[in-house]
Amino acid sequence: MISRPLITQRLTWLILALLTFFTLSILFFILGYITARGARVITPEFLFSLPERMGKEGGILPMIVATLYIAILALVVATPLGVGTAVYLSEYTRESFLTRIIRFGADALAGVPSIIFGLFGFILFVIRLRMGWSILAGSLTLAVMILPTIIRTSEEAIRAIPDQLREVSYSLGGTKSQTITRVVLPNALPGIVTGVILGLGRCVAETAAVIFTAGSSLRIPKSVLEPGRTMAVHFYILAREGLSMERAYGSAFLLILSILFINALAYILLFRFTRRLR
Amino acid sequence: MVEKIIAENLVITFDSKPILKNINLTIRAGEIFAIIGPAHSGKTTFLRAINRLIENTPGFVRTGSLLLDKRDVRQWDVDTLRRKVGLIFATPIPLPGTIFDNVAYGPRLKGIRNLRTLAEIVERSLRAAFLWDEVKDRLFSSALRLSGGQQQRLCIARTLAVDPEVVMMDEPCSGLDPISTAQIEQALRELKKDYTFILVTNNVKQAARISDRTAFFLGGELVELGPTTSIFTAPKDKRTDDYVSGRIG
Amino acid sequence: MKERLIEKGLLIVALSALGSLLLIAVFIFAEGMPLIVKTGFKEFIASTRWAPTKGSFGILPMIIGSLQVTLLSLILGGSLGLACTMFLAEFAPRWAVRILKPLIELLAGIPSVVYGFIGVVVLVPWIRNTFGGPGFSILAASIILGIMILPTVIAISLDALNTVPLTYKEGSLALGATRWQTLYRLLFPAARSGIIASLILAMGRAIGETMAVIMVAGNALLISASPLAPVRTLTSNIALEMGYAAGDHQRALFATGVVLFIIIAILNTIALLTMRKKR
Repeated sequence: MISRPLITQRLTWLILALLTFFTLSILFFILGYITARGARVITPEFLFSLPERMGKEGGILPMIVATLYIAILALVVATPLGVGTAVYLSEYTRESFLTRIIRFGADALAGVPSIIFGLFGFILFVIRLRMGWSILAGSLTLAVMILPTIIRTSEEAIRAIPDQLREVSYSLGGTKSQTITRVVLPNALPGIVTGVILGLGRCVAETAAVIFTAGSSLRIPKSVLEPGRTMAVHFYILAREGLSMERAYGSAFLLILSILFINALAYILLFRFTRRLR
Repeated sequence: MVEKIIAENLVITFDSKPILKNINLTIRAGEIFAIIGPAHSGKTTFLRAINRLIENTPGFVRTGSLLLDKRDVRQWDVDTLRRKVGLIFATPIPLPGTIFDNVAYGPRLKGIRNLRTLAEIVERSLRAAFLWDEVKDRLFSSALRLSGGQQQRLCIARTLAVDPEVVMMDEPCSGLDPISTAQIEQALRELKKDYTFILVTNNVKQAARISDRTAFFLGGELVELGPTTSIFTAPKDKRTDDYVSGRIG
Repeated sequence: MKERLIEKGLLIVALSALGSLLLIAVFIFAEGMPLIVKTGFKEFIASTRWAPTKGSFGILPMIIGSLQVTLLSLILGGSLGLACTMFLAEFAPRWAVRILKPLIELLAGIPSVVYGFIGVVVLVPWIRNTFGGPGFSILAASIILGIMILPTVIAISLDALNTVPLTYKEGSLALGATRWQTLYRLLFPAARSGIIASLILAMGRAIGETMAVIMVAGNALLISASPLAPVRTLTSNIALEMGYAAGDHQRALFATGVVLFIIIAILNTIALLTMRKKR
């Protein structure tokens, strides 16, 4: 005799499982749909040639270059700031008004929508600081955007280092900065790198913040003061203007592929990181 | 008799709770000085006060004097102090990395970079800790793969590599098998001619085996201090007697 | 002393996040507030006339559009998300959770433009054929946004459920309750503040989303109660016209940004306070 609660439970299990399965199928549908229509567009020619006729024909080489340029520059700016903040929060202070304010700043920054970053980057970097639409303006904007991510993951990684390791260093005559650079940071590196990679993923995926700061020029940017069109922006423009569905799918596929790769990398590193400290 | 470490009216509180109450003792150069007593007697805090590790945790307040070579520990440059007075923890804590890197860590902190110099220091320290023969063929393998006893001897070698004058050991053999314990005790007997040892131990028999003088701490107080043989055969205080004979623990 | 310098230097670095936040607020407000003052706050918020070329700046249709899209997406995405959370927290075997969690996080990594694109080529025609109307609608935007906020809802509420002390759960099971009963009557209420916080944070994300919404919401300047009607949200308004706006028009877009910023700041503060209450 199965009781009523057990019937409810079995039923609920079924419903919840179906709903979760449904959620996953959305994911796979999106990935599959884009792959089916976009994978065949990715030829070496597509990747390495220049766009023609406003993107209706040709390839996306400038976009790949611009994306890498912007993302790497953003990481170069954000990583020292983010790791430095994480080091300060975990090594130099105890919970106090100051730490709470710093954390509040980071949390609040994480909640700002990307269009606001776009507006901010536009008015500060493009206009007031006279960088014009440029890789530099775009990467500085993105750097501020991914700062909270890097702070959060770095702090977690640093706090995971057991205190005894620090005490060993101190007992051998190590100063605080020596202890941080020789014991804490090297062992926290996998976690920190995970955060950097996640930040990279966000840079690649971002559109609203980039389109108003880095512009949408179709040329390969040769310096940081030149504008550039990232893959995400190009995809958006292709889709909106309806210029070439084929190339739109191709760009979408490339975008998704990059994100998948970046996420997988972050996961593998995270896995190795947690395993090392066991 | 050179007086290496002197404590005078030393009182330490943590969050206003007394941890050490009015400690007065002298540790002489070249001796193995044991501190015995049940848990929470303040023994570990005493060691950490000497190398000023307690300063890293807010809440500790220290009054009275604690002198190394006639100078208060707080007046020493803290990094120099910590090199002169090394500390071995209860659980072996190798740094992630190779055996070589572990022992070379301290000298590298001081700025020694020449590989040959480092190699000499590493060999010398590992020999002194009675670990050289066991690891000389795998200096560049991970220190985490060593056994517990080997790791603890590695920690000793690591401390010796910075050329201390005093080596403090906080229950170094707790958790180690008898053979490793015997090896470490043998190392201590050999090293005593070059260093002063402060050995905190819960293991009364160990103190009896190797130390020259013993102090009995109970609840933050120094109950009795004297030559090891007297403490164990003819203690003056009843509490000491109860502890060494196992009636209290 | 070198150590002291390093410490001070790191303090300055640590203030960069806060500093950036302040910079953002300062610049956005500096550009937008004069326009709000010029138009009059009440006129800006409550007027339905958005005719920038003629000097009319009323953003009420956009505010309503944002609210409609956000609330509907919260209903759709929130309930689906909580269902998944419940499944992951109590009913899924551990090996499944280890695969499912990264997969759901993958949903978060898909760029918003890709979501918008899928919306345009798949969802919008489907809505048009099934329900009528232009297809570009509140419904389309809400469905896409609902999917986009799933990872946020799941991650945070799952966390909240997992931090309920094990003893609660074990006590309940020991008394003979089924897992569902335990979940429903005990764990959910106990994790309530975390779950609510996840919904509020999801709401903040939905209201701030731009690219996907632009592509599927229709961007019409009208107010309607029908989910099949096209709308324009605050974010779409900014993104659509920023490319060619100048002078007062541009300042009006910044002013829209000010309103958006304030709304999100309020939402996030509520979420943070809700999360802190249970501690």
